[in-house]
Amino acid sequence: MRALLPAPVLVPLLFAAFTVLAHRSRPVQRAIAITGVLVALVAAIAILVVVERDGPQAVTLGGWPAVVGITLVADMFSALMLVISLVTVLAVLVFAVGQRHSDDMLAFHPTYLALTAGVSLAFVTGDLFNLFVSFEVFLAASYVLITLGGARPQVRHGMTYVVINMIASTLFLTAIALVYATFGTVNMADLAEKMGTVPEELRTALALLFVVVFGIKAAVFPVFQWLPDSYPTARAPVVAVFAGLLTKVGVYALVRTQTLLFNGDLPDALLLTLAGFTMIVGVLGAIAQNDMKRILSFHIVSQIGYMILGLGLFTVSGLAGAVFFLVHQIPVKTSLFLVSGMVEESAGSTALDRVGGLLRRTPVVAALFGLAALSLAGIPPFSGFIGKLSLVEAGFGSGDYVIVAVSLVGSILTLFSMAKIWNGVFWGVAERPTAAVGAGAGRLKVPALMTSATIGLVAVTVAIAVLAGPIYDLSYRAAEGLLDPAPYVRAVLGS
Amino acid sequence: MTVLTAALVGILYGTGVYMILQRTLTKVVLGITLLSHGANLLLLTSGGSAGLAPLIGRFTGDDTVADPLPQALVLTAIVISFGMTVFLLALAYRSWQLTRDDVVEDDIEDRRIAALAHRGHPPDPDTVPPRVQDLDEFADEETGAPE
Repeated sequence: MRALLPAPVLVPLLFAAFTVLAHRSRPVQRAIAITGVLVALVAAIAILVVVERDGPQAVTLGGWPAVVGITLVADMFSALMLVISLVTVLAVLVFAVGQRHSDDMLAFHPTYLALTAGVSLAFVTGDLFNLFVSFEVFLAASYVLITLGGARPQVRHGMTYVVINMIASTLFLTAIALVYATFGTVNMADLAEKMGTVPEELRTALALLFVVVFGIKAAVFPVFQWLPDSYPTARAPVVAVFAGLLTKVGVYALVRTQTLLFNGDLPDALLLTLAGFTMIVGVLGAIAQNDMKRILSFHIVSQIGYMILGLGLFTVSGLAGAVFFLVHQIPVKTSLFLVSGMVEESAGSTALDRVGGLLRRTPVVAALFGLAALSLAGIPPFSGFIGKLSLVEAGFGSGDYVIVAVSLVGSILTLFSMAKIWNGVFWGVAERPTAAVGAGAGRLKVPALMTSATIGLVAVTVAIAVLAGPIYDLSYRAAEGLLDPAPYVRAVLGS
Repeated sequence: MTVLTAALVGILYGTGVYMILQRTLTKVVLGITLLSHGANLLLLTSGGSAGLAPLIGRFTGDDTVADPLPQALVLTAIVISFGMTVFLLALAYRSWQLTRDDVVEDDIEDRRIAALAHRGHPPDPDTVPPRVQDLDEFADEETGAPE
């Protein structure tokens, strides 16, 4: 375990350095990047197997004892998130390599691997300040990726993204300073032990500060506007990996801090209210748009609401639903953005009035979109249905009928906006067709590697639906571990 | 001494937030710098009251030494905020190169939808602001994509 736990963080960083060394040869650079992610993925799967068998695992870095040094911890929740994130990272990397107008300039591969390392570190760290560092690592990489190319739209929208995230990071640092001033430690397991030593009002204030910080990062209702503004202009693989991972890391950190540290210190129904507004406002925003990427960007916001719903219920089944929903959402959201990248590559645009009738001209793309979109909307038997079903059941279980009704309305509106994309892109005719769409009615070509990467990721979402039983069991155990942090604390601090 | 630091943290946060709310990019960058200085100072203060001796040389074990952990944390935080500010400055400069203007631009797509909702009928290409995608093509032609 000592070598295994840091591997998903260290291997991508090491390979990032290799890709810089190999900058003269693009094929070598690509091979190094893909190998790096593959090795990290194998390590993540091994961690999941060990955690599944032996419970939470912890490693202290540099031999310093737990509270003084930095601890890496993997429990079931971290391990699940690690595996599904690295699978998604791998698919997007293959997609990026396969693009015809290749995006992989000199800076792409090293930055992408640094982003991977930062995301992995966020999942395995057991230290609040180290969590801040991991956020900064992947955010710094994402700043470079979102402005890659430096053309006018990227700079304009990238600016929003960078400024908002820097403000959120400053708030995060403020929250850490206040936590240290209160408890004299930033080790999360140690904090969990010491929570009882301060008055409840103080705990609530700190918990609220963390809700604001991670709410901005995760694009939760009152503070989500930066996301639909900045995501759609980024390049397809970049926005796909952002959509799949970055907001979800925010959700992960929110769940982790609110369960392990502030075990139910928030005011009642606060998170449920935020969840309801996030779902409905996000999906209404999506309906108003008429560009595929913009619709999907608003959907990121809407789907975050379902995860917050699971956390807000604060029961084992609610959290299990949230964990399962996260595991389903990361590949589904990413594959929808990969499909939009394929549409853009073949038809030249993603605006609903500039493309049309792609069902006949790119049937594979249409099929992939259909599968992922039905899953997102929660139609049985796809993975989104199982995720939403478990959340709805948990909501009924704890008697929160209003939020269950809101979430079902949100699902119907999701289906409506997916139908809007389908009508605009795959059926009908374009009002102002692009050059590619206007020229004849023959098949449009998508590079084979892009198609296979997307097929692979959509296959993962189908596999999540097929293996829903075992995956839900793992999610349930993850949720039990979240609500009863004793084994986690024991793994870090010893008995 | 701690009261003075607390007041200074408050002033830095206040001026930082005020600067971020401006529309000029340079002021936003300065605002973020002030805000992160405030956060760093707060983190430093969280270790205990100011004026204690630093942890240096041989340590005898009595409690009159300043807590070294926040100092280590703030060092990391300073490096991070320094790097991020440099990136933001480069981005602001790039934005000035492209637009010859230091003001945050409007979101054109948002304005277009707002105009649509306002009028309640389909878009008229002459009066509605251009779409982002069209500007995109235009921008690429004009500037090209540098490395």
